[in-house]
This record gives sequence, structure tokens and C-alpha cells, in this order.
Amino acid sequence: MTTVDKNDLFEYALRLGDTSLVLGHRLSEWCGHAPEMELDMAMSNLGLDLIGQARLFLTYAGEIEGQITGGQGRDEDQLAYLRDVLDYRNFLLVEQPNGDWAVTIARQFYFSVFQQLYFQQLATSSDEQLAAIARKALPEIEYHVRFATEWVLRLGDGTEESKRRMQEGLVSLSRFTAELFESDDLENRLIAAGVAPDAALLRPIWQERIEDTLREAGLETPPPHRPVLGGRKGHHTEHLGYILTEMQYLQRAYPGAKW
Amino acid sequence: MTMTLTPATSKTEPTATEQAIWDVLAEVNDPEIPAVTIVDLGIVRRVETAGVEAGPNGKNGPVRVVITPTYTGCPATDVITFMIRTALETAGFSDAEIVQEITPPWTTDWISEDGRRKLREYGIAPPPGFTSKRALLGESTEIACPRCGSHDTERVSQFSSTPCKALHRCRSCLEPFEAFKCH
Repeated sequence: MTTVDKNDLFEYALRLGDTSLVLGHRLSEWCGHAPEMELDMAMSNLGLDLIGQARLFLTYAGEIEGQITGGQGRDEDQLAYLRDVLDYRNFLLVEQPNGDWAVTIARQFYFSVFQQLYFQQLATSSDEQLAAIARKALPEIEYHVRFATEWVLRLGDGTEESKRRMQEGLVSLSRFTAELFESDDLENRLIAAGVAPDAALLRPIWQERIEDTLREAGLETPPPHRPVLGGRKGHHTEHLGYILTEMQYLQRAYPGAKW
Repeated sequence: MTMTLTPATSKTEPTATEQAIWDVLAEVNDPEIPAVTIVDLGIVRRVETAGVEAGPNGKNGPVRVVITPTYTGCPATDVITFMIRTALETAGFSDAEIVQEITPPWTTDWISEDGRRKLREYGIAPPPGFTSKRALLGESTEIACPRCGSHDTERVSQFSSTPCKALHRCRSCLEPFEAFKCH
């Protein structure tokens, strides 16, 4: 049994939490703007599920931080509202702007299919809390996968215009998908300890699921692209700063504000 | 399948104090679906006491109530914690500790028969069947309109005003309605 470095675990919980938080925030931007009222509610529901995941992961990260320092770690709000771009560890895919409805669907489709496969493995993690969070989230992720898949089919198999937009959305975001399957030294240590799933092993299954749906929708699999990486190191695209500016405004302007 | 007030997770018979607490909790309505109580919905998992007997106001010993959120991000969970604390304080249990547990994850299987009936009467279709059946046979399409009882219904959206419900429409009486998702 390999012992797990608490610093690794803290960092890993942040990665999981930040990814859910940033995508949850992105989806919340559709509130009041979606094409139909039902979709408005759907986006809010998906966003809420993801923010729920983020709360659990970040709270856990804060507990681990407390164990490391022997004091009180930061709580979920401090971690969410008082860290800057360089300290965020989310995937680049989830911080990409909503674009049109098809871009949002492409992002959700790529991500939810991945998250389902990844959390199915995380649910058997040797870390009990991470496993519990994954098991709690999985039934909800099933809805996300179904929703995104249905929309890929609807747009791909819809009009000339909806097909063109769906295809463009898929192509524009495909360069960010390789990052989902990358691991670094830290993650390799956690994989060896049975804490983290080995994402690289999930890639062929993910690829097959994506291609199956695209084929059914009459869409082309986007051509291979040089992978864009960096989220794990805090090297983000320009978009994350804008999200944080909006999300953190209140706590930055009025530190400690409660309502 | 019948369910009593005390969920199946309680292994032993509740003590008099624990039963008194269950009785208090059975009066706490869900903040978003006030037709049912948090006990009906299976949100309360356990009541634990240090074996103290019920006494006059404020003289009760430590109480721990274990609750589980329905959906991960359900915003009602914090409100529910507050409502439980208020109800218990009113009943004389002033030092209640309310703890959230996420494992095992909440499922609609924990909604009591009574809860299912109350939902229907309130105009919300209860979850169709149980998750074990769904795992074997796929998602049930048998959702009866809570207004006219017709099974000729369709799903408009798998998301609705709260995370736990979907939006449906009755083809017979044309009334839109919400249904609990089998989860």
C-alpha cells in the first residue's frame, strides 16, 4: 500500500473541484438567456449539479489543507472566491466561452461523456471521500450525458444551419479534449496509490462513444489537432480571468460579505 | 414495499427520546415541496442520542440528526438544516448537531409510500418505480398524470423547477405537470 502525500491529495481535490466549479459557473451564464424556458432550467440544473460537486471537492480540499498545516484549512468559499487565475487547476475545456447553443452542447458532450467514465472509476477510489463524492454525482451525470447527446443528435440531424453550427462547435473545442486524458507526476503517484483513475486508459472508450454519437447525428469526427494543455499548471486561456472577475467580484470588493 | 417513519438504515428500535425527535422531524416540511416532509422524502437518515430521556424545554442532552442531500447541489439542504434546528429547539432539543452524509447517495427509493401519495395529491407524479427495477428494465415510461390519472403522458424536459423533478405533459387532459425522476 503506497502512502499518499497529503499535498498531492489537496492538489488533486482542487483539480476536481475547480473543473466542476468553472463549468457550473459557465452554465449558469445561460440563466435567462437560453433558447427556450425548458433549456434555461436545464442549464441551471446542470450548473447546480456541478457546483454541488465543486462544494464537496473544495470542502474536502480545505480539510486536507488543515491536516497539512495542523490548523484550519481554507473553506469552500475561500478557495472559490479568493484564489487567482494561476492558482486555478481546472481543465481548459470547461472555461471556454458558451458561444452559441451548439458550442455549449459540444463542450458539455465532450466533458460529460468523459466525466461519467472518469467518475465510474473514481467511485472505487481508495480515498473514501473522493469515492463517495463520485458515487453521489454519477446518477446526476447520467442526465448530463443524455441531455448533451440528445442535443448533438438533434442539431446534427436537424437543419443545414444547425448541422453547420454543431460541427463548428465540435471542431473548435476538440483541441481541448486531449487535456482530459493527460496526467502528470502528481497524478501518476495517485494512480499508483489507487486514489486517481488512469484517464489515459479511458481515452479509447471515450473516443468510441463520441464517434458513435457523431456518426448517428451525421456529423464528422473533428480532425486531430495539436493538444492544448496547461490547466493543471495554472496556465489558462484568457477566458478564465473574466469568469473569476465576475464570480469573485463581491468577495473581492466586500471581503467577508455574507447575505 | 412498505416503509415506516424510521428508514431502514436504523438498525435498532428508537429510544423514547429518538422517537420524540423523529416525531418532530415528521412535522418539518420540505422547503421546496411543502406537501411532503423531510422524513417522507428520506432526507433524514439517522437520529442519534447519547441515551438521554426527553425532558422539559432546553433540558435535553446532545442530539445528532444525520441528513442526506437529495441532489449534490440542492440549495434546499442548507434551509433544511436551519428548519430542523428551529423545530428541535422549539421542541426543547436545543443542542442538536445536524450532519450531512453523502454516502450511500440519496435515492427516490427512500421516499415513503405516504410521501408518494402526498406528492400525487399535490399534483406531482411520484417517481415511477424503483431504481433496481429501472436498472434491469430501463427507464419506465409509465408516468400517470396526477390530475386525471391517464398514462398517456409525455416528457417535455428532463429538468424542471427543482433538480429532483422532470417536466411532463398529459395528452389526455393537456395539463402540464412535474414528476419526480426515478433516481
